[in-house]
Amino acid sequence: MLLEIDGISRDFGGVRALDGVGFSVEQGAIHGLIGPNGAGKTTLLNVLSGITPPSGGRVRLEGREIQGQPPHRVAALGMARTFQHIRLFAGLSCLENLIAGQHLKAKRPLLPRLLGLPAARREEEYWRGQAMDILELVGLKARAGFLASALSYGERRRLEIARALASQPRLLLLDEPVAGMRPESLDKVAAVVRTLAQAGMTILLIEHNMNFVMGLCSRITVLNFGRVITSGSPAEVSCHPEVVEAYLGAAVCHA
Amino acid sequence: MDALIQFWAVYGSLLNFMGINCLLGLSLYVTFSAGLLSLGNAAFYGIGGYTAGILTTHFGAPFPLALVAGTLMAGLAALLLGLPVLRLKGVFLAMATLAFGEVVRIAALNLKVTGGAEGLINIPVITQTWMIYLALAGAAYFLARLHRTRLGWAFQSIREDETAAAAMGVNLTLTKTLAFVIGALLAGLAGGLYAHLNFLITPGEFGFATAVNLLIFNIVGGTRAWYGPLLGAALLTALPEVLRGLGVTAGPIRLFVNGLILLLVILFLPKGLMALFQRRPAPAKG
Repeated sequence: MLLEIDGISRDFGGVRALDGVGFSVEQGAIHGLIGPNGAGKTTLLNVLSGITPPSGGRVRLEGREIQGQPPHRVAALGMARTFQHIRLFAGLSCLENLIAGQHLKAKRPLLPRLLGLPAARREEEYWRGQAMDILELVGLKARAGFLASALSYGERRRLEIARALASQPRLLLLDEPVAGMRPESLDKVAAVVRTLAQAGMTILLIEHNMNFVMGLCSRITVLNFGRVITSGSPAEVSCHPEVVEAYLGAAVCHA
Repeated sequence: MDALIQFWAVYGSLLNFMGINCLLGLSLYVTFSAGLLSLGNAAFYGIGGYTAGILTTHFGAPFPLALVAGTLMAGLAALLLGLPVLRLKGVFLAMATLAFGEVVRIAALNLKVTGGAEGLINIPVITQTWMIYLALAGAAYFLARLHRTRLGWAFQSIREDETAAAAMGVNLTLTKTLAFVIGALLAGLAGGLYAHLNFLITPGEFGFATAVNLLIFNIVGGTRAWYGPLLGAALLTALPEVLRGLGVTAGPIRLFVNGLILLLVILFLPKGLMALFQRRPAPAKG
């Protein structure tokens, strides 16, 4: 298991946002996290990525305990994420967003730069090439020089995924990657996620669009009121009586 | 040749002040580039100035040593101050650093070793114009190169979005502290040079007005590249002389023109004067 979540709780004052959440994400899986608004999905992602410390419980990434660690440590262990409300570097170009996103991998030391050594230029060319490859993957190569703030909504979502990829993570967390997107943009994101999974990356994603989740994910975990209702394959989950009642409505189950 | 000598006689000290102010503009620019709104750089300027000045005046220390000591002392003060206050953001950080500035000014006003309200006097006049511009050139080159290093990108990431920066691996505490300390080192260097330019330094020169001036240099010039604050500092330092040339001598009208320029820049050139020199902010270069 790449990621093991065990008994995670989080209280905000008197509100228990997460209550003993536990499930595992397999290496190479596209794992969906669904549930009604307020179920605790984003809180869980914040706990996993170190932005919100948990009140209790354990998280293991490749066997190593990471709960309560600051975000930059968790990132260094191979986890990258996007945000429900897009958090791009709006004043930088698309390419520069990725260059900044290479923080953990590209050393870019000061001394060769100060001396103007050719090694600094070669390193820069290499990482620039890496960034351009990722922009091509998400279909934004033609936008490389554009300011992030000049992109359309769908493009910004994809750029945020691209920036997360720039750190070459083993686990990618996506918080509503296709929220509010038109169907054709949605397909582009789905294609990107599939490509990444085929290349061996593990993806945990929150999404409300059921077609997207059911079509893409190999496993799904359902949260409600901060607890896991069930985890399983898309078919199992969509026919689970509690899931149908809490979230999906009866019409979805085709089993 | 005569014209040059005459020009120097009239404008030599203006060029010196311009260079010092440019260096101060750069010191705040570094801190700014990591999204930190600091009003403490005037105090670091004072710490550098008093440290270097006291060492040469009271202890007969050689000038280079005093300069290095002043620079390092300012950096050390920033390190100690940064640990508690860099948790604060935006206006709150500005308030905390402003309070620190007042503490430093009032300390200088009341301590014996700093000469109190009369200031530190009989400082040997050693600083030459070339020293100021050598320091400025070095600082500008350093910052221009720093921009494209790992640390430079981390500064920009934090300025743009702290949460996203942390999630992609930027150590916020370490990076912010470095931005704060590098800025203070430059301010301390400027202070040491300034102290040995003038016979005398007084606490009022390192107070609130100076802190705000540094901010204005950056806003007027622009904060997206190292030459922005240089433009701002050079223009605003030269402005009184230019106005004098135009026949405006009285005090208040100069402040009025200063304010007017600031207002016009904010309204029509939100990225500062440097926006006049580039088509797009911060183009991607290798």
